Amino acid sequence: MNAAAISGLVFTALELGLISGLTVLALFLSYSMLNVCDLSTDGCFTLGAAVGAVVAISGHPYLSIPAAMGAGVVSGFVTALLQTRMGINSLLAGIIVNTGLYSVNIAVMGNSSLLNMNKTETVFTKMKALLDGTPLDGQSKLVIALIAVALVILFLALFLRTRLGLAIRATGNNPDMVRSSSINPVMTTTVGLCISNSFTGLSGCLLAQSQKSVNIDIGTGMVTVALASLLIGNAFLGKGKIAVRAIGAVLGAFIFRLVYTIALRFNMPAFMLKMVSSVIVIIAIAGPYLKEQFPLLRRRLTHGRTEGRRGGRADA
Amino acid sequence: MLEISGISKTFNPGTVNARLALDRVSLSVREGDFITIIGANGAGKSTLLNAISGDFITDEGKIVLDGDDVTLAPPHMRARRIGRLYQDPMRGTAPGMSIEENLTLAAGYGGWLSHITAADRKRFREKLALLDMGLEDRMSQPVGLLSGGQRQALTLMMATINPPKLLLLDEHTAALDPGAADKVLSLTESIVREQRLTCLMVTHNMQSALDLGNRTIMMNQGRIIFDEEGSARAGLTVGDLLDRFRQDAGKNLDNDRMLLSEEQGGGRHAHA
Repeated sequence: MNAAAISGLVFTALELGLISGLTVLALFLSYSMLNVCDLSTDGCFTLGAAVGAVVAISGHPYLSIPAAMGAGVVSGFVTALLQTRMGINSLLAGIIVNTGLYSVNIAVMGNSSLLNMNKTETVFTKMKALLDGTPLDGQSKLVIALIAVALVILFLALFLRTRLGLAIRATGNNPDMVRSSSINPVMTTTVGLCISNSFTGLSGCLLAQSQKSVNIDIGTGMVTVALASLLIGNAFLGKGKIAVRAIGAVLGAFIFRLVYTIALRFNMPAFMLKMVSSVIVIIAIAGPYLKEQFPLLRRRLTHGRTEGRRGGRADA
Repeated sequence: MLEISGISKTFNPGTVNARLALDRVSLSVREGDFITIIGANGAGKSTLLNAISGDFITDEGKIVLDGDDVTLAPPHMRARRIGRLYQDPMRGTAPGMSIEENLTLAAGYGGWLSHITAADRKRFREKLALLDMGLEDRMSQPVGLLSGGQRQALTLMMATINPPKLLLLDEHTAALDPGAADKVLSLTESIVREQRLTCLMVTHNMQSALDLGNRTIMMNQGRIIFDEEGSARAGLTVGDLLDRFRQDAGKNLDNDRMLLSEEQGGGRHAHA
């Protein structure tokens, strides 16, 4: 492999990592801060992609961004409503919304499961025209992804230090304490999920436009991929300030994509992506648990041995 | 100040586990009252505090706090005027957030989008210094690193940083080691005195129930069976309380009486 191939590989991983990093930042807010595992992520990602594509195809490339984010807000609001006001378990609420979104997404795409944007003006083609002749020529994907990620991280770093942001973090930490502080945890959960899903929608919108097509499966498994990225990022930059941890989340997304792209290079079949992400999530979550259980396991083994010996003697 | 009239609550109604936890309880609390509440396990002491703070809506009756009918108000609305400490020191604070972040939420200064200001930090430092636990130098550390006593003292600070109309203490020193319990209790006394707070305190320790505050009520089977203050209360001993309990509670309550005596012994031990 020559240097150009390697840098090409890194750039691909960087682009994809940054775009999916927006979903990782969404989970950073909902999973790490609000302590809600939002399983509507897959559907919401596709929703953002579909809405963004439809709006772009109808001739409004810039409008596609707020439209996709707005669709995400609505989806997050419904998920929040189900779990805070209707007594539906938060995991189940996510799954229900995810299932419902499948139909919504097909409807949004005009009863089709595939939309093509080959000739559509998107934010990427606009940026490409803008960058023509500058040193960044041809890097429109990277530039847009970087801008989006930087804005979202900046937003999170500022927002999570506001009183509302603190209340959202406290809701994931100790809802009793939130109530004692005269704040309604229903409100904080709702605001948190609306914001996080708007990032997921944005992520889907950008991915669809960067690959110039959207199909109904574009978001499938996204929640696991993003969770894997989040947990990888946690391992590197899991402590410290919010901004550092948010950067860690995006770094995790990049590392995940890099490893994946390299694996593809070594002839790993593309369909293994989801298996890899599942295994990473299992290792990242089960690992610390099993490590904690290890002394007990050792105790059990040694206990069995000594007791067995003693028992044997007594029998004899 | 706080008018409770005829509130009742049955848990698990219509099942074999149905339990009348509050039985037409009425209580009139005056501004500045410091009421200690005693009673056996399951007498309804904590349930009464939960009813006041809105953890559940009562089946009947009325709760008027500071002139407003709060009978149906959700807990976070009542919390504007009620400060509260639980037995579990972990319940009142968010462990993953720093001391100053916890205090900010409790204090509620500024709008939703405001950040912690230097003035806030200065105010928090001064407040924390009063606890004399060195917390003022650890304001950016996560609360999860603090001991149970420190967390409970911090919760007390958070509950009273905006002087509440009513302070509810639910055996807030029972889970602490004796040294920390004494410290938190004396802090409680001084804060209640300085801010002239109206306070309801559930305790298992009958001696401190008589030592603290100006009024003592005893509960049994969801009812208030005893309510003394002033000179009538001044001369009471723990023995008198036990006698009153025996006399009021009737004869079929040997188990409850034993619980009370036992807890009193334990309380004394903890106090020593």
